Amino acid sequence: MESKVAYQNELNLKATELRLGLPGTDIESEEQALSSARNNKRPLPDNTKECGLKGSSDDAQHSDHEAAPPAKAQIVGWPPIRSYRKNNLQPKKTEAEASGIYVKVSMDGAPYLRKIDLRVYEGYPELLKALENMFKFTIGEYSEREGYKGSEFAPTYEDKDGDWMLVGDVPWDMFMSSCKRLRIMKGSEARGLGCGV
Amino acid sequence: MDFSLPTEPMNHKRKNPDPSPDSDESTTQLSSPFPDEVLERVLSLLNSRKDRNSVSLVCKDWYDAERWSRTHVFIGNCYSVSPEILTRRFPNIRSVTLKGKPRFSDFDLVPPKWGAYVHSWLLVFATKYHFLEELRLKRMTVSDENLKLLALSFPNFKALSLLSCDGFSTDGLASITTHCKNLTELDIQENDIDDKSGKWLSCFPENFMSLEVLNFANLNSDVNFEALERLVSRCKSLKVLKVNENMTLEQLHRLLVLAPHLRELGTGSLLQELTPRQHSELKSAFNNCKNLNMLSGFYEVTSIFLPVLYPACTSLTFLNLSYAALRSDELSNLLVHCPLLQRLWVLDSVEDEGLEAVGSNCPLLEELRVFPASDPFEDEILHGVTEAGFLAVSYGCKKLHYVLYFCRQMTNAAVATIVQNCPDFTHFRLCIMNPRQPDYQTNEPMDEAFGAVVKTCTKLRRLAVSGLLTDLTFEYIGKYANNLETLSVAFAGSSDRGMECVLKGCPKLRKLEIRDCPFGNAALLSSFRKYESMRSLWMSGCKVTMDGCRLLAQEMPRLNVEVIRECGNDGFQADKLYVYRSVAGPRKDAPSFVLTL
Repeated sequence: MESKVAYQNELNLKATELRLGLPGTDIESEEQALSSARNNKRPLPDNTKECGLKGSSDDAQHSDHEAAPPAKAQIVGWPPIRSYRKNNLQPKKTEAEASGIYVKVSMDGAPYLRKIDLRVYEGYPELLKALENMFKFTIGEYSEREGYKGSEFAPTYEDKDGDWMLVGDVPWDMFMSSCKRLRIMKGSEARGLGCGV
Repeated sequence: MDFSLPTEPMNHKRKNPDPSPDSDESTTQLSSPFPDEVLERVLSLLNSRKDRNSVSLVCKDWYDAERWSRTHVFIGNCYSVSPEILTRRFPNIRSVTLKGKPRFSDFDLVPPKWGAYVHSWLLVFATKYHFLEELRLKRMTVSDENLKLLALSFPNFKALSLLSCDGFSTDGLASITTHCKNLTELDIQENDIDDKSGKWLSCFPENFMSLEVLNFANLNSDVNFEALERLVSRCKSLKVLKVNENMTLEQLHRLLVLAPHLRELGTGSLLQELTPRQHSELKSAFNNCKNLNMLSGFYEVTSIFLPVLYPACTSLTFLNLSYAALRSDELSNLLVHCPLLQRLWVLDSVEDEGLEAVGSNCPLLEELRVFPASDPFEDEILHGVTEAGFLAVSYGCKKLHYVLYFCRQMTNAAVATIVQNCPDFTHFRLCIMNPRQPDYQTNEPMDEAFGAVVKTCTKLRRLAVSGLLTDLTFEYIGKYANNLETLSVAFAGSSDRGMECVLKGCPKLRKLEIRDCPFGNAALLSSFRKYESMRSLWMSGCKVTMDGCRLLAQEMPRLNVEVIRECGNDGFQADKLYVYRSVAGPRKDAPSFVLTL
């Protein structure tokens, strides 16, 4: 049956899958991960909608052949275990992952948060490009004087002191060591405009 | 909402306790043969809310007597009723249980700031329920200000339980520990807390000694151990103590020596190296805990440590190992010492072999939960449990009636055998972790598995289905699951017919939660009157549209039909739908992304 064959194919493809910082221990996988970040290729298929895979069996057949491996793609809230329990699974990961700098990324209006490994990016351009891809939006152009111009989004982060800072002001290394979490603010929120929904 | 409400609120004053033959109230109705106070006294002995609901429907007198004598109220959906209506009907409440967000918020399907604020409830309780003693909240948003208000408003306050709540910090807990002089229970479980520090524990006054239940396993900040030690030694009635991960074995030992009468213990992290002397001291301390019924915690545990527990396991009825990635041999060795076990929670790291040990050693087992040890999307699933483990448990544990089972493969034949072995299932929650996965042996859908479950398990109240499922599964459910109250469905079904079958059958259905299924408006509208007999319906990632939802809202004015709208949504699909009955009308506190139709 098609679904079984597809399932087995998924298992094979998994071995060669490019992943973003997980669980890559050696330099080779790191390089692969970096290049995937640079090329803006996401290992998670873009057809995964915000609210999970859509439900008809036709779609199931369809998505089994699209990107690989769709059955292993991140589905929001699946498997259905509480976030509290999920977070407590982290210690079981490999050495290399434990040494990554994982921060949560939220975007105003998006229904769920993401997590990224800052170590994977070489600098601000890579990070911002990855964020743009992850949440499907455009960040404006950065200038020291005016911040991010040209879009209604502004990437911000919470630093060690608990303050919310604009991404890009400090040197990359300083940012990596002080960033606790990221939040992509809707410029409209910062400037008092509505979402337009 | 778990009490039956008439359509108009009752405003009767308490009737005169001396019944006069010419009572002006009841010329046209039968009055109760008992004086009110006798009836109330009798009814005050009733604890079951089902019984109380039935009593309240008998006649006006009984309704009144019941409402005056009720001391505990359970509200399954905080938006189904308003605090004003509640306090008007029940003036003497001492204990409130309140549940807020839809269950799928546990899985990040509900955006933050959705609602379920306890604030408006507390404001009303502060004036109407001065003698409030207990508050149990689940999936509610609670702020530090709320906790302060709580601590200051109720002089008799005894028990606070917060499960899966959010919005507060350890500062809020400090208000509770500082001001609640009569506190017996502080139970903080699986919440999204802003964990600032462990100082809250030190805020218990030095003369405070009434604590019976303390659970802070959820909190990561260090508490002052000396303060905890003094607290434990003062509180002679302490029955439940669940500490956080940071407690060392040395500290655990000291606590056990002070409180050998504990019934429930949650350990901290168990990774430290023990000298032989420490080992035997700890073992002896556990040996002295003759009343221990429940053990939990076990964050990071080694094989070497486990034998220390063996003496304490003889009376164990509940063992929660769901944070400890044990191997099958470790579990097996432990279970040999737990013959009285009734409830067991484990991670799937124990594998099928570990579950075989469960079947062999725990004949009294009633409940089994097997959680995934690792994220199946991030780690290759080479481990975990299969149908073999579940089968092994069903052969050995004939009393099994509650199962939550996360597995990577299952077969129809196995499930059929399992329910033949254990026909008394009340809760059957099976999660085959790969969505839409068929029977791995026959490649067929898993319809017959769930068919067997509903046909055989006549007492079934809760069911969660998974795997590749066609509408046939739902035909079976609708036809046979006559006692089913809660149904959870994900990535299943072939057409509207599936959902229609469930809505047309399942006479006792109260909660229906569906995600990513091909059910659309036809299904949603097929039995819309049914939703008034249910607590709630959740549909996300399905095929319902805004028009379908509007139609439902029009037909059923006593339902709240809410759509969660996210940015980027086209305005045509109703991506997340939440429908629930309410006597409080539409929400007044809905955020901009929740549209009430």
